[in-house]
Amino acid sequence: MFGRLTKDAFIHDMAQNGAVAGMILGAIALIALISYLGRWKWLWREWITTVDPKRIGIMYIVVVLIMFAKGFADAVMMRMQQCVSVGDSFGFLTAEHFQEVFSAHGTTMIFFVAMGVVFGLMNLIVPLQIGARDVAYPFLNALGFWLFAAGGFLTLVSLAVGKFSIAGWLAYPPLSGLEYCPGEGIDYWIWSVQIAGVGSTLSGINFLVTILKMRCPGMTWMKMPIFIWSALCTNILVIFAFPILTATLALLTLDRYLGMHFFTAGGGGNPMMYINLIWAWGHPEVYIIMLPAFGIFSEVVPTFSEKRLFGYVSMVWALVIITVLSYIVWLHHFFTMGASPGVNTFFAITTMLIAIPTGVKLFNWLFTKFRGRVHFASPMLWFFAFVLNFSVAGMTGILLSAPPVDYQVHNSLFLIAHFHGMAIGGVLFGFFAGFTYWFPKFTGFHLDEKLNTYAFWCWFLGFLVAFMPLYMLGFMGATRRLDHYDVASWQSVFISAAVGVLIIFIGASIQLFGLFWSIKNRDKLRSGRDPWNGRTLEWSIPSPPPEYNFAIVPTVDQIDPLWATKRGQGPEQKKEYEDIHMPLNTPAGFFIGAISLIFGFAITWHIYWLAILAFVGIITCLIIRLSGKEVHGNITAEEVQRIEEAATT
Amino acid sequence: MTIHHYDTVETFPDKRIPDPHQDAYSRSTLGFWIYLMTDCILFAALFVTYAVLKESTFGGPSSKDIFELKTAFIETMILLFSTVTCGMAVLAAVKGKMQSIRTWLGLSFLLGASFIFLELREFSHLVHEGFSWEKSAFLSSFFTLVGTHGFHVSVGLLWMAVMMAQISFCGVTVDTFRRLVLFSLFWHFLDLIWIFIFTFVYLLGVL
Repeated sequence: MFGRLTKDAFIHDMAQNGAVAGMILGAIALIALISYLGRWKWLWREWITTVDPKRIGIMYIVVVLIMFAKGFADAVMMRMQQCVSVGDSFGFLTAEHFQEVFSAHGTTMIFFVAMGVVFGLMNLIVPLQIGARDVAYPFLNALGFWLFAAGGFLTLVSLAVGKFSIAGWLAYPPLSGLEYCPGEGIDYWIWSVQIAGVGSTLSGINFLVTILKMRCPGMTWMKMPIFIWSALCTNILVIFAFPILTATLALLTLDRYLGMHFFTAGGGGNPMMYINLIWAWGHPEVYIIMLPAFGIFSEVVPTFSEKRLFGYVSMVWALVIITVLSYIVWLHHFFTMGASPGVNTFFAITTMLIAIPTGVKLFNWLFTKFRGRVHFASPMLWFFAFVLNFSVAGMTGILLSAPPVDYQVHNSLFLIAHFHGMAIGGVLFGFFAGFTYWFPKFTGFHLDEKLNTYAFWCWFLGFLVAFMPLYMLGFMGATRRLDHYDVASWQSVFISAAVGVLIIFIGASIQLFGLFWSIKNRDKLRSGRDPWNGRTLEWSIPSPPPEYNFAIVPTVDQIDPLWATKRGQGPEQKKEYEDIHMPLNTPAGFFIGAISLIFGFAITWHIYWLAILAFVGIITCLIIRLSGKEVHGNITAEEVQRIEEAATT
Repeated sequence: MTIHHYDTVETFPDKRIPDPHQDAYSRSTLGFWIYLMTDCILFAALFVTYAVLKESTFGGPSSKDIFELKTAFIETMILLFSTVTCGMAVLAAVKGKMQSIRTWLGLSFLLGASFIFLELREFSHLVHEGFSWEKSAFLSSFFTLVGTHGFHVSVGLLWMAVMMAQISFCGVTVDTFRRLVLFSLFWHFLDLIWIFIFTFVYLLGVL
């Protein structure tokens, strides 16, 4: 009846019980709060069934915040463990629990934080910057979000029921095979990533078509904002990389569920093939999360320098070249596999080549500031920190791309420091810059600038204190994923890293506090439609934007169209309001997401009747949704006029 | 917001078939093409896996021992012919001939179903001989590659059944016509994948 689900699955150690209790209490508090405020109907109508990309974007960010809290807690646990687990002392985590923690940390941060940020921002910004009222496939977009949320929720469920994967964030076989990990942990990992991954593919298709087909009149390729170019390249990467992930996970699933021999050590299987396949997805994935950050800085730097982006065309080509090259570097993740020198050299050279377009981008941003009027607003602070961190992490990346060096530091903490420099110093700082920059657009008020600055300094210093020591430890021989070590001299360096995480924690707390503080004091922080003296279309409409974004679809004839309008240039715009067709809300995306969660849970625990039932449920929902007539809502021209006149600010 | 149901056939009373350059139509088609490309990548991953594991027979049978060209050839012909009938159904839809759409779609369905039947028969035959997917990496990759295609064809059959019901109930509207065109793209795509399977798995397998 319940497959492999037994009472044992609910028995955990104290730390985990605490987390589960916290989660359940949090959920109860949330439900109580919504009931108290009588907001269930509102929640259902305005949010859960919505197909408005602006709202879906905000929901992405909410899920990301929850997942980030979990991933960050994992990071803190690892740092604490490594502070104390030296010599005769074994810390407070068992080896197995430690493995679960680092697997969950990586999975959460990449799949449910970084990917959520990427698609959340695209939802918020892409339609506004291309002068569109909507995305190409509103339902598909909502479905993509709910699948993403279902995947994320499944990893949270693993906290309460059973165990999570112990095989690292990419679950290398043969360790992740049936022979060494017969339990539910790997299955939890497979299904949460698989469900979210399908969602990502769908979202990728949606945004690619949106950018290809829905740009406003006059916005030709070379007049698109760089953020749109970065989104375009990101979606191309998503479309051509995520199916590989889907296939690879499916093969691992077949190994585990049907006893096949793709990656097993016996039966003729080939574990290294998994590692090749997963990185054929994994390296494009690195750029899927990195390119949008490049896009954000390409918007932030010109705005806060009051100057057009330096080298627009070279920026576009740099993005495109990175997109292409990112498909042919995957082997640098495992030079130690023992491929021939020729193969390793090829991948070393392609990896080093990526540094060239990346360097072009960095210099373009710096030259944009040159003789510009630079404002030191907090998005710009994140940019300065990004330049430093990204340069350092980029240089160490170049070191790692040389196979002889890589053989020395492969899988050491040096590598960890490198890619956290990229992921935190690059992606996360970029996201923070974008978050502060675009926050007023979607809420109508600023985040408190002083708190932003404090949070920034904590993050920046905390990052340096937390990760620079890891470079040293890597050279000293510390490998990644150590739950215990015997070298006493490492301990002080590990403690320094833990102090860094503490400083980051203070920074993150200030940010969270700042968010609530700003909401509370929103009347004092009102921003208007163009708070930063912006250059692109999103700043030409009210904040928060009306449901249809643009009452009159803009016509553009150059980069930075709003900047041109402010100077009396730019083409003539249409003046008449018109009826606007908008897609209607639908609960189908939410239902499919919810049933996918049930499916994921059932199949993880081998509850086959429920899994089959859920699968049939998903198919039925899809058929019903896709058999219906296309129905649209209509906002009349008079209504549009009324809304626009009410929002003159 | 006022809710406004509109059936585009009413909006364009003089045209039963939408203008293919109409925005929504071309957007759907483009999106579906891109979806097919993602599916193509998925199959590429499976083909590569098969190529790598083809010699990993682990003491079990090799491709020469188990493949029968005759069945594979019949399957190929059936699938190719079902693509023709599917194309005829789309042509009938352009002319708005309901009966003829149903006939051609029904024929495509029967052909697709017999393809699945033959494939399942081949699979069960292999399993009975003791050559199941658990035997070796080669057999795992064979069953997975061919089975994934078979799964796609089965999804196509379900879609075809839904399409037949939709067309019977709603007639040829802008929506059903667009869906039929997308289905036809999907069916052609599966045909193309099968051609690769026939060539790389069966033909090169017995040589």
